[in-house]
Amino acid sequence: MEKLTAGAGGGGYSSEQGSAVTGVARKPPRPRGAGVGSSRQPSVETLESPPGSHVEWCRQLIAATISSQIAGPVSSEAISRDYKALRDGNRLAQMEEAPCFPGESIKAIAKDVMYICPFTGAVSGTLTVTDYKLYFKSLEREPPFILEVNLGVISRLETIGVQSHGENSCGMEIVCKDMRNPRFAYKQEEQCKLEIFENLNKHAFPVSSNLPLFAFLYKEKFPVDGWKVYDPVAEYKRQGLPNESWTISKVNLNYELCDTYPALLVIPTSIKDEDLRRVVAFRAKHRIPVLSWIHPESQATITRCSQPLVGPSDKRCIEDEKYLQTIMDANAQSHKLTIFDARQNSVADTNKAKEGGYESESFYTNAELTFLEIPNIHVMRESLRKLKEVTYPVIDEAKWLSNVDSTHWLEYIRLLLTGAVRIADKMESGKTSVVVHCSDGWDRTAQLTSLAMLMLDSYYRTIKGFEVLIEKEWISFGHRFAVRVGHGDVNHTNSERSPIFVQFIDCVWQMMRQFPAAFEFNELFLITILDHLYSCLFGTFLYNSEQERVKAELHTKTVSLWSYINSQPEEFTNPFYVNYENHVLYPVASLRHLELWVNYYVRWNPHMRPQMPVHQNLKELLAIRSELQKKVDELHREASTRSLSSSSDQGSSPSHSATPLHTTV
Amino acid sequence: MLSLGSGGGRSTKPSFVSYVTPEDMKIKEKEEGLKRSKHPDLLPGEVVFCSANHVLKYTLEDASQRGVYGTLLCTNFKIAFISDETSSQETAPPFKNKLLRQNDIPLTCVDHIYGVNDEKKKLIIGCQVKSKYPSKLIIQCKDLRVFHFSLIYAKEEEAKKIFQGIVHHSLEPKSLKCVFAFSYCETASPSKASRKRSRTLMFETKEDWSVELDRTKGKCKVSSANEDYVISETLPQFFVVPFAVSDDDILRFHGKGIPFWCWSHHSGCALFKMACLPAIQEDGISQKYMHRMLDAVTQDQLYPVKVEDLSSCLPALQDLQLSYNKFKQLFLIDSTTEFWVSDMKWFSSLENSGWLEIIRQCLMKAVEIVDCLESAHTSVLIVEESCSDLCCVLSSLVQIMLDPYYRTRSGFQSLVQKEWVAGGHSFLDRCNHLYQKEKEVPAPVFLLFLECVWQLFQQHAPAFQFSETYLTVLSDSIHIPLFSTFLFNSQHHRDTAMKPGHPEAQRSPLNFPSVWDWSLQFDSKAQSLFTNPLYVEKPIQDKTLRKTAHQKHQRQLSLPNTLSKPSPRKGFFKEETDNLKKIFLGKRVGKWLNPTDSSKELYESWQRKPLDYQGLLLPYLDGPAIRVWIQRYLRWVPEAQIFGGGSIATVNRVLELAGEIQNLQKEVERRSCRMDSSIAWTPVYSGPPLCSRLSSFPFTAMHASSFRPAIPSSIRQSLGSVSSLADKEDDDSQVSGVL
Repeated sequence: MEKLTAGAGGGGYSSEQGSAVTGVARKPPRPRGAGVGSSRQPSVETLESPPGSHVEWCRQLIAATISSQIAGPVSSEAISRDYKALRDGNRLAQMEEAPCFPGESIKAIAKDVMYICPFTGAVSGTLTVTDYKLYFKSLEREPPFILEVNLGVISRLETIGVQSHGENSCGMEIVCKDMRNPRFAYKQEEQCKLEIFENLNKHAFPVSSNLPLFAFLYKEKFPVDGWKVYDPVAEYKRQGLPNESWTISKVNLNYELCDTYPALLVIPTSIKDEDLRRVVAFRAKHRIPVLSWIHPESQATITRCSQPLVGPSDKRCIEDEKYLQTIMDANAQSHKLTIFDARQNSVADTNKAKEGGYESESFYTNAELTFLEIPNIHVMRESLRKLKEVTYPVIDEAKWLSNVDSTHWLEYIRLLLTGAVRIADKMESGKTSVVVHCSDGWDRTAQLTSLAMLMLDSYYRTIKGFEVLIEKEWISFGHRFAVRVGHGDVNHTNSERSPIFVQFIDCVWQMMRQFPAAFEFNELFLITILDHLYSCLFGTFLYNSEQERVKAELHTKTVSLWSYINSQPEEFTNPFYVNYENHVLYPVASLRHLELWVNYYVRWNPHMRPQMPVHQNLKELLAIRSELQKKVDELHREASTRSLSSSSDQGSSPSHSATPLHTTV
Repeated sequence: MLSLGSGGGRSTKPSFVSYVTPEDMKIKEKEEGLKRSKHPDLLPGEVVFCSANHVLKYTLEDASQRGVYGTLLCTNFKIAFISDETSSQETAPPFKNKLLRQNDIPLTCVDHIYGVNDEKKKLIIGCQVKSKYPSKLIIQCKDLRVFHFSLIYAKEEEAKKIFQGIVHHSLEPKSLKCVFAFSYCETASPSKASRKRSRTLMFETKEDWSVELDRTKGKCKVSSANEDYVISETLPQFFVVPFAVSDDDILRFHGKGIPFWCWSHHSGCALFKMACLPAIQEDGISQKYMHRMLDAVTQDQLYPVKVEDLSSCLPALQDLQLSYNKFKQLFLIDSTTEFWVSDMKWFSSLENSGWLEIIRQCLMKAVEIVDCLESAHTSVLIVEESCSDLCCVLSSLVQIMLDPYYRTRSGFQSLVQKEWVAGGHSFLDRCNHLYQKEKEVPAPVFLLFLECVWQLFQQHAPAFQFSETYLTVLSDSIHIPLFSTFLFNSQHHRDTAMKPGHPEAQRSPLNFPSVWDWSLQFDSKAQSLFTNPLYVEKPIQDKTLRKTAHQKHQRQLSLPNTLSKPSPRKGFFKEETDNLKKIFLGKRVGKWLNPTDSSKELYESWQRKPLDYQGLLLPYLDGPAIRVWIQRYLRWVPEAQIFGGGSIATVNRVLELAGEIQNLQKEVERRSCRMDSSIAWTPVYSGPPLCSRLSSFPFTAMHASSFRPAIPSSIRQSLGSVSSLADKEDDDSQVSGVL
């Protein structure tokens, strides 16, 4: 059953590498496994160099080219005549050509390229480069083998040349941001191969080559306009804002107050303009405390900002102190304010030594400061790099747990979830307002506020609500997507790159695992979001701030990811969804309950066939229910037209069954 | 309803009074009146040995030193705590065990007892207890519960007695006759639960074996050579062997070296198991004998046979026990602090225990055997020293993977009867119910089997008719000393034990209940939780449903990429990859390719076909695929409870839906027939709403109001290793360019 749907979804090629990365109407790759049980590798192999090393790479390249020469005739013997004829004719090239999106154009094609698949062995076919993707197709296998890598996902390209048997062979390694490194081999002489590499280099890093990102060329039309998903005024209205304490201010309408904040900000009503200017000057990057979320009952709020510029001399800002006091006063339920500094205490101290710092509890009366001890973007980048090492291309089964442990990735996930749980608990049980910041308030702060909001507010656990959450807390509040992801930028060593958003989505996935019925969206939704974080197909994650987006006219010139998703929501819906309404979700931030997101990080490995979703049965049950419902309604109608029975004994049950299964607390 | 006065029970059945020490009796009599009011539900044949009032049971949920006062008792069945507070009803677990209440610990379920004096925790060993007693008692159970009792508020005399009583009855060696089942069966009226109702084959009669042979179309014969155990006491009275095996063959080495039939594949090849020949035999004789036996196997089956000797490829029983002891320790947690401290070492401790690795090895071996039967059509003969330990694990796993019948509840129960009970697994010794340390190696062999089944379950839930809860409850039942299933080393052992103790007593043999008499433990409502609502009974469902599903997918046509969408049913040709394999067999590309792997092709061809839940089932064996059985191991740990979540949430959703469908069906029926026809109605469990349930449902319950999230207490720990990066600033244009 599962395999059938997988096929329909696009993973039905014999390729172990599906092509969900293209981000089109496809399910995430449901890779077809090459087999499990390769755990008992001959021990001799441990003597060889590690799979990632350069030496090993050269050796593979030689092996691949040699075997193709030697084994060539053997393979063609076995291939049927028809197939041979097909192969020799021109039709083959046609059949191995890449399908294109509206707006996409082919830049280069090379025949007889060999893809060195780490799982199923080398396969040769045609390699096509467009301005959006790299596409490899081979008819050597049945069903045809297809590998698709969108150019946005490429972090760096490497080539090597090898002398073997008097021929110059060339190898190309494509290091990707989504945990894989496809490798190709080809003979160097042919001119078109050179073209391939040049085109790849040009279009994979359009920003560095002064070309537009593909999102500006993409011409697909969708029935739904995703840019309309987030309307800040509507979202604040949903939260019950403005009210007597909080106002939707237009003070940043032209991004003059703070160029990384959105145009509309929710700030305390009573704050005077000149006081606000002082607060602006006292906060790093001018990112003043603004409201993210307000508790519908207690009026406790989550506000976010950057670090105060205290500096080594313990500078004070009376207006900033007053500002926080006002935030506290807006919540009548508590006489405390909790400031969560996401950083490690020691790092905050280092920051204090140079301009930055944190609120002193002696100046900010009634405020308590808590450090959440979350390491910075560099630590996270390093952690994901290690994770790639232990998951791609092969997994060492015997040491799987300790290998995962050594990356610390799950430990950081645990820290983030812990921090968010503490924020949510402070809000819910303590009825106390919280202020969250790190250094600049656009990385860890965004992670924490959005996770806490996800726990507190069931709206954000719907498809639409989650889109709003991302648009609001991440995109509009200036998480620097362009810098952190490095869209179209050739400089892969840029230390500003970091998988902060990936980490956030991982946390959401962990929550989804712990509460399988509490989210309206499914795993595919999250994977799709991550694929398009890199793909540059949609405009959603481009640029660093609202100001930059307005300038680039993003909303008119590109398509939103939500247009694509909301045009076919059923693909992304979790059939188990039950609205938990006002129930606060507290995930257990224990490593015992955290698990590596194999379906995302290790999805290229065919051994990791995703866990069989039990959805099929449920979907069938839902279908049976709706059918029965229809029948009941029909009978009900029949009965009432004939008016045979009294209306009283019919009234209750159909309406009862018709209501969706909402469980309230 | 089972309130037989303890005094009455004793006077009419003098046979077990001897186990009660005179001291116990005195105390019992003294407090008879008091207890009767407090402990109304003793089981038939159950007597109270000793008790102590004013014992404080710590509530572990809130990590404080708070608790509830009550009476701690020790009976010939269990250790029980009865709270003084009457309001304990609402905290009762959602599904009640009729034999045991929330705070009851069967004596055979006690794993370790620790005494705490002045904050010092000391393991208590039976037979070494002096007159002193600790102020605090920690009881760790084999079902992984941990109880903390304080004895400081109890009267000194009572505290001393209860401490000694508990230690004596749970930690010291005893004879089989002391096991509670004996006094229970002498007293209780014969079990009303007739075996006719359950479709579980017990494999105690010739007929059961014939039924099984017919079902699998096995070409073997049922042998009665061991009727009345004339040949061997370890073998069952009836078993199945190849036609060519004669009664003389069986007699020759008392059943050793005989290939016993387990199961037949539809292709005709079959699975056999065999105990090793005694070592004393001269080589020539045993070799010749073995040859004959192998010939016997191949002769009837017309297939070659492969011999799998388990001693060479799987861990020894001692290693099994050692590994499980380490593993189990990860879940026996005394305090919140300990929970969070151990959390930081979770992955490394898990790996160090090696338990998951053992599970993986067993599954892997089972896959190899499946491969022989399924792909190579080769009969397999599993050989093990006694052919009753890991042999049982593997033979049953192979059958579960190959035969969907064993994934139904009655099929699974029949399988346990066939391979384990009739197969002569030494439950008594392996479970160490009698605490006789020196005698035999205790090892959680049956638990290992359940663990492996659970791994299959978590990977392919819709293939199983029974639920995770069923497996967990079954693993708990091992330690309830009442079921004949788990109390004996062989069928002969059971039959002799069940004979009336004194020949002069005019009584019929005792009739021990089987664990499969689930109604003894649970009412039908609770038993509904044993059924997996996700079970897919038939591979192909209603066609109309299929169509609707397809129409949904067609929406994708308006979207990109469908251009290249392949037909999902496109032929699954194997030749192409075979060619490639041939190419690479000689010239390997790096270490990535491993075409020599034996089971690889089996997996490949299996994955090529759409997954059929009524067909072959293979486990995934990679690192991430083998998981910890969260329900069993973490259900009592309050810090690990997910409030409103856990995998139970999806199960509940499906159950709700099923209930709704039933309602609608009734509605349709009612409206179309215009009368109240009675439709078969299975009770659907309706408990508290989803959001207020714990992930450990149905095992623990908690007040919704008291819930606070668990927040790790040791955040600052162990993050120091990457300090050079940690000190870097986030916004550092000055460091850019450095990798």
